Amino acid sequence: MAPQGGEVAPRRELALIVNGRPAVARIEPRELLLDFLRNRLGLTGAKRSCDVQVCGACTVLVDDRPVSACCFLAYEARGRQVTTIEGLAEAGHLHPLQEAFIEHGAIQCGFCTPGMILTALTLLREVPTPSPDQVRTYLKGSLCRCTGYWKIIDAVVDAGRRMARAEAARR
Amino acid sequence: MSGVVGTAMRRVDAAEKATGAARFTGDLALPGLLCGKVLRSPFPHARLVRVDTSAAERMPGVRAVLTGGDLADLDPYYGHAIKDRPIVALERVRFIGEPVAAVAADDEAAAEEALRAITVEYEELPAVTVLGEALAAGAPRVHEGPLRPGLFHGLGDLRREEGNICYHYHFARGDLESAFAASDVVVEGEYTFPAVYQYAMEPHTVIAQWGESEITVWASCQHPYLVRAELADLFRVPLSAVRVIVPYVGGGFGSKSYTKMEPLTVALARKARRPVRIANSIEEAMVTTRRHNMRCWMRTGATRDGAVVARQCRIWLDTGAYADNGPRVAATAGDAAPGAYRWRAVGVDAWAVYTHTPPAGSYRAFGAAHMAWIGESQIDALARRVGLDPLEFRRRNLLRPGEEVRPGGKPLDADLVGDVTKVAAAVGWGTPKPPFVGRGVGVGLLAAGAQPVSTAVLRLQADGTVVLLVSTTELGQGARTAFTQIVADELGVPPSRVRVAGADTQVTPFDRSTGASRSTTLAGTAVQRASADLRGQLLEIAKRVWGLPLSALTVRDGAVWHETDALPFPELLARHFGMVGGELIGRGEVRPERGSGSYAEGPVFWEVCVGGAEVHVSPETGQIRVRRLASVADVGKAINPQLVEAQDEGASLQGLGNTLFEEMIFENGQLMNGSLLDYHVPTTADLPDAFHTIIVENGDGPGPYGAKGVGEGALAAVPAAIVNALADLGLEIRDLPVTPERVLRCLGVLGAPAGTGGAAP
Repeated sequence: MAPQGGEVAPRRELALIVNGRPAVARIEPRELLLDFLRNRLGLTGAKRSCDVQVCGACTVLVDDRPVSACCFLAYEARGRQVTTIEGLAEAGHLHPLQEAFIEHGAIQCGFCTPGMILTALTLLREVPTPSPDQVRTYLKGSLCRCTGYWKIIDAVVDAGRRMARAEAARR
Repeated sequence: MSGVVGTAMRRVDAAEKATGAARFTGDLALPGLLCGKVLRSPFPHARLVRVDTSAAERMPGVRAVLTGGDLADLDPYYGHAIKDRPIVALERVRFIGEPVAAVAADDEAAAEEALRAITVEYEELPAVTVLGEALAAGAPRVHEGPLRPGLFHGLGDLRREEGNICYHYHFARGDLESAFAASDVVVEGEYTFPAVYQYAMEPHTVIAQWGESEITVWASCQHPYLVRAELADLFRVPLSAVRVIVPYVGGGFGSKSYTKMEPLTVALARKARRPVRIANSIEEAMVTTRRHNMRCWMRTGATRDGAVVARQCRIWLDTGAYADNGPRVAATAGDAAPGAYRWRAVGVDAWAVYTHTPPAGSYRAFGAAHMAWIGESQIDALARRVGLDPLEFRRRNLLRPGEEVRPGGKPLDADLVGDVTKVAAAVGWGTPKPPFVGRGVGVGLLAAGAQPVSTAVLRLQADGTVVLLVSTTELGQGARTAFTQIVADELGVPPSRVRVAGADTQVTPFDRSTGASRSTTLAGTAVQRASADLRGQLLEIAKRVWGLPLSALTVRDGAVWHETDALPFPELLARHFGMVGGELIGRGEVRPERGSGSYAEGPVFWEVCVGGAEVHVSPETGQIRVRRLASVADVGKAINPQLVEAQDEGASLQGLGNTLFEEMIFENGQLMNGSLLDYHVPTTADLPDAFHTIIVENGDGPGPYGAKGVGEGALAAVPAAIVNALADLGLEIRDLPVTPERVLRCLGVLGAPAGTGGAAP
């Protein structure tokens, strides 16, 4: 008979930083980061869809790099910084990417939106003012079935410009 | 009027969705919520000899195991069109993936372990897994005995036909044989369309709770009232004892129309006496519903001077093991088959056919997406045969507004000639073409709106804010935003003072469904009427307060006005109720204005499917690059142009996927590409080089301000436009998707097409 649920391996302690706050839990080694975030921390912004790292709906940032939380063991995130969509707005102010998605109508059902925005954020960190073609290339690992992508691409291009302008103004 | 109708107002749900705060069914937490998992059949057709759940029931963390044996007190069959589907397999299984048992456990791991501990003994039976087998004489029957009509079949006389025919739709007008004899040119062909997966990113998710006095269901469903009715019928309780709540839905596209996983989840909760959530995986979603694969034979005739004469068409749609929406898909395909032309004679037969494959149901633009590219490719072939430009040929033959589309149905309510002229210009029609570049247009009509029954309630609160109760589900289409705009303008309040409640059958009033491009048109009219009702009540109160005639009063800026005097809504309410409280309730209703509102007398409106494409074909690789794609969104009136564009852009890319690569591949009833690793959903890499939505506002729709629905048309128009752009290069496409391999076969590089064309049975 197969081993029974909950008795596969001893639990391990997991300590990490999620959206700037420490989180500690005893978890099973097999627990996925997506389940850890959604079930234990109630951070349900990251979504489960394809389960095979194709769609990008579960994307979160681990030490600023995008990962598919559906295929990433929670334990692998020990001692690291995890950012979810819930951690993007600062002090009640939406991030410029969030603003741009809203303004450009880049959101429809909203299921892809959290992963899409976090993926776009990593692009803007690498390429602050990308061209539409660069956005297109970068986002091909993030599926959206509603929008046809055009408004998402517009939003990311625009957010890059806005952030660059704001940065220039600060200097 | 505050003047937000017609503007690209921000979506009212956008901020919630941008921050991750929006809750979907999978995000909800309930005390004591169990995890439900489903054991599914590995055989396309088999007798259930024995299902042994005893080991599973004894496992730690397992709270209930459900099998067909638990349903003895019920008539456990459902299906809105035909009651042919048991909640869980009873004596036999009819497709690979059919639920055989379900487990409710404390967590997912325990539920999955328990599934592995269930032993099922099957006796395999001969199966019909493709249309040809199902239609063969003496074929094994998928369903024995008479078909029982479902609660919402709307199909007229449900005659049982021979063998595996689930439903037959037929209409004809004129004498076909003499009309074809009078045709100077006739084109004829056999065509196939593949099974396609809708891929709503959120797979079907349901939570059910079996309470003492109420069955409560949270579901990712499009039509909560129809789900409620089927659940009440199945579990033998009054309608009012079933409450269906629909949180945000992560895309529908038809895949969440009607009843899907709800009965199984309720049955499991009934046994567990605890709330249970069943969340499909993608592979499970793919065997829950899909688009019908199809074979079609069509012939079309015209005179040598370029007038269309006759069309005849036979359509076989593979509806899988259960009818789901197959009968309606067959009827809509039949309605779409003639296209928008003036025929001397036309004859259409469409059959939904049972096979031992996963059930097929609704997917955006069903029927029209199946048929428009076929009919339109024959129009282009005729144009070439008589030496006319395909655009000119269409201008001569397209129906004009007011002309008959289908016998007994609604006359044409759109300017198709204007639409196709615009779209052709957008893809450079008539300008020089580089080598290996072709252009095409496609025109079609989709019977839209479903049954015209919707209601809305508007509650004006003591502080002057308004709560709209309407059961349209928010699938991403932006219904809450469009309704907010209508209410704001009708009541003269800013959109920030309007709140749209989520669908909840205990709270929000009846709406037939969210689909068929109907919500802005029909629920939107109910919302507009509820607003007018409320406005009338406010005016009456002001009339009493001031002692002035109604003609001296106007409503704007959250108040009733007489010249420069204003009575703000809160003050009117306070005067009316004598306290700072109370509320005014506006009611709006839509029902058939003439006749029964049946499909036969419909549709509510003809949704326009007009697109243009410019493609480049690589003669070496067979790769198709779409250089330009354009679609007309002929919406009567764009309540929110940004939402209209968003609908059209999404539908167009789905159309591109359906045309060029999307296909569910089955072998002996087994889905071979049941994962997104193997099933290709369009990505940003698949976008055309340029896309253009042309919004047309002729005010010719039956909805608010002359609006009519949008969101499906492009999905039918794009395949037609691409197929005709390929025909412009001499490629005769008979089978979708148009893979590079098929292109190379057409070009003769890989030899003649083999095994394509789907010979008519």
